Amino acid sequence: MTVGLTHIIVVSTVLFFIGMYGLFTRRNMITMLMSIELMLNSVNINFVAFNKYLYPDKMDGIFFSIFIIAIAAAEAAVAIAIIINLYRTHKSIDVDDVTDLKQ
Amino acid sequence: MNYSTAIWIMLLPLANFVLLGLGKKYLKNIAGIFSTILLFVAAAIALNIAYHYFFVDGKQNGVYQTINVCQMHWLSFTETMNVEIGIQLDALSVMMLVVVTFISLMVHLFSLGYMKGEERYCNYFSYLGLFTFSMLGLVVATNLLQLYMCWELVGISSYLLIGFYFQKPSAVAAAKKAFIVTRFADLGLLIGILILSFNTNSFHFQTIIQTLTNTQSPSFISITASSFLGMSTLTWALVLIFIGGAGKSAMLPLHIWLPDAMEGPTPVSALIHAATMVVAGVFLVAKLFAVFAIDVTALNIVAYVGTASALFAAIIACTQTDIKRVLAYSTMSQIGYMMFALGVSKYGSEEGLGYSAALFHLFTHAFFKSLLFLCAGAVIHLVHSNEMKDMGGLKKLMPITHIAFLIACLAIAGVPPFAGFFSKEEILSAAYQNNKTIYIIALLTSAITAFYMFRLYFSIFWNKPYQHHHHHRGEGTITMKLPLIILMLCAATVGFIPFSEFVSSDNHPFHSEIHIGFSVLPVALGLFGIAMAALFYFKQSDKPDKIANSLQVIYKAAYRKFYVDELYLFITKKIIFNCIAKPAAWIDKNIIDGCMNGVAFVTSFISSSIKNMQSGKVQQYALYFFAGIAALLVTVLYVWK
Amino acid sequence: MKAVDIIFYCIAIFVLTTGVLAVTTRKIFRSAIWLLFCLMGVAALYFWMNANFIAAIQIAVYVGGIVVLIIFSIFLTQQSGNQMPKPNFLRIIVASITSLIGLGLMLQLFAKQTFKTTNKNFDIDIATLGKQLLSTDANGYALPFEVISILLLAAMVGCIVIAMKPKTQL
Repeated sequence: MTVGLTHIIVVSTVLFFIGMYGLFTRRNMITMLMSIELMLNSVNINFVAFNKYLYPDKMDGIFFSIFIIAIAAAEAAVAIAIIINLYRTHKSIDVDDVTDLKQ
Repeated sequence: MNYSTAIWIMLLPLANFVLLGLGKKYLKNIAGIFSTILLFVAAAIALNIAYHYFFVDGKQNGVYQTINVCQMHWLSFTETMNVEIGIQLDALSVMMLVVVTFISLMVHLFSLGYMKGEERYCNYFSYLGLFTFSMLGLVVATNLLQLYMCWELVGISSYLLIGFYFQKPSAVAAAKKAFIVTRFADLGLLIGILILSFNTNSFHFQTIIQTLTNTQSPSFISITASSFLGMSTLTWALVLIFIGGAGKSAMLPLHIWLPDAMEGPTPVSALIHAATMVVAGVFLVAKLFAVFAIDVTALNIVAYVGTASALFAAIIACTQTDIKRVLAYSTMSQIGYMMFALGVSKYGSEEGLGYSAALFHLFTHAFFKSLLFLCAGAVIHLVHSNEMKDMGGLKKLMPITHIAFLIACLAIAGVPPFAGFFSKEEILSAAYQNNKTIYIIALLTSAITAFYMFRLYFSIFWNKPYQHHHHHRGEGTITMKLPLIILMLCAATVGFIPFSEFVSSDNHPFHSEIHIGFSVLPVALGLFGIAMAALFYFKQSDKPDKIANSLQVIYKAAYRKFYVDELYLFITKKIIFNCIAKPAAWIDKNIIDGCMNGVAFVTSFISSSIKNMQSGKVQQYALYFFAGIAALLVTVLYVWK
Repeated sequence: MKAVDIIFYCIAIFVLTTGVLAVTTRKIFRSAIWLLFCLMGVAALYFWMNANFIAAIQIAVYVGGIVVLIIFSIFLTQQSGNQMPKPNFLRIIVASITSLIGLGLMLQLFAKQTFKTTNKNFDIDIATLGKQLLSTDANGYALPFEVISILLLAAMVGCIVIAMKPKTQL
């Protein structure tokens, strides 16, 4: 059996749920951010794979990947800025310590 | 002449109210002078208008015209039924304009001295401005709804001024009482207005009168054909309107607020509760007189209520000891005169003698009654008491007040040649022509009137030497004496105005004469009353007490105002509060509040049980989010296929 | 089994293993390094798919940018040698159950689904890609490109504002 589209999206799905597992179990915000990056990557893999196997003469999947990477970069930067700010005020980057939004 | 200056008569008092109300900080010291000047201008304009209307160009082909000075479209209910706000001048309105502005000016002038040093001096004058504005708006109203609005505004300003000394619990209670009683009456007025307007499809006075005086018109046929409890719709409407008027004019049995309203400052009593506002009921009936004249039943009710009030109030006035209350009951009695004069009148020039007489009496009464109140104010200012027993022998101390009071008493007693004589003679002759019973009661009342007025006069100025010389402050400033002098001159002379040549029921002037032979009896009765009063009260003696003892039951009943207040209290406290208010309160507390509390309890219960979902923990939120997505996916893919 | 397939399986195993390690290891710095490898594995997967440009961006942005950023922030906020506290057991159970349920759902979907794949060659010319990215015609991506650039600018400004030290009171 040759490797095809299904194999790749299975890999990307597994990667996605690995990221989700990380998002649910980690308490440190930086590691949560890493998990989110994993999930975004799995989405990117999907885009490229669908582009390659279904519409090889077009490039829309590639473009979406590029945009997602750009947004991911921005998101990571903002998230880290927030984390650093939180660290400064709470002396901790544990999500369970930062529940001020509750009210 | 262009009558558009009439707008300024309205706007000046309004400006006075607004400016003094808002600019209290800046106008504090000149408030009185400021508003007096404004009102002086307004009074001058009113006099000018009256001069032009009555003597220059108001009359065309021997009929006084109705002039619409301005009309602003305000509300339109249907295409044909509109409400306008405007100024309409006819003989009645012009006469009232003069009376209101003139008396108001006098009262302002008097208040300058009387209210000096009051803490809420500025408020006082701004309230007076509001009152004058709304009273003027009432008398120049073009339609019933505008009249009703101004009617309520007058009520409000009366409320504010009665409760002016709101530190006194009795003043607060009096203000509340006046407001509530007149509000009840105004409910009648409103319903009456709505019935009339519904049937004639208009609020406008002229339209209503034209529609209803035309016996062929469909409105007239429908309003007289349908009946309820034995009276036609028209009668009901007029009776309800009269109830409104009776409330304002303190007619039996809605009079209970007027004596208590004397808690207000005395100049206010002179202006509002003697000369102007309380005659609004008379004005209302006079304004709609053409309609009242169609309906005999309604007019009879007006006549009998007026007669009963006149006699009733006169008897009570004989027993009261608070001088302002005596004057209040005398006001009620005199308004009763005006009412029954309207009630016995017919529509038409000569036939409508009662109409002219009623308004003539309104006119003269405004002068001598405000004079009496201002004199009483001056006396109270000196003695610092309202009670007769604290007075006596003041004639030397206050000569001007003494003479003014004497002239006013002679005028109200109907002694020629003072103002009251002429108007009272006309009323009596109108009553004589139409209803002998009322005539006899009116004669009796006029004798009693003379008696209690001179009882008051002798008790204040003669009776016994004045004891408390140490705080003698004289009669007050020139601004307090000047109005007394002016009003004294008016009270002495206005009777010579040939009033029926100006104001008559159908606006056709006519000439009415005083028949010497006819007036002998009333004048003799009046003099008899004065003589009786002199006998009892000229010198301090025990004669009044003896009489009071011999007539114990009647005296006591009259002293307690025939227990009307107690009756009201019984009805409201015992019957209404116990039978209606208490169950209502129970339902409110237990059922309505219970429902509300139940809703609140359930809400707080649910929210406290689900608020833990809002833990602030991001991962929990993510979990909920994922669960939601998964649930959606499963639903879309497998369940909802 | 062809060599291409073997390479794919190798890459897949590498990506998943490093991914799992990245989310489970208890030393935060190691976690970041595993992430780095994982991302590089994804880049390898792109190479394998013949998407060279994306692979290059993946390495440049993720490996070169984001991971470095993360490592910096670790250094700023953490003692990197310390072990992170163990996540509590209940949380692991819940997370694994949710993830496994989700995974099962998806895999079950894929099993049912057949894709109409083509065997055409997937070969991206960088020049074409660049032209289409910046063209303004119907298939062009100039507008999203601009929007993204503004977003990046906004994010940059936002980062600075958020992370700036509040002015100390003088």
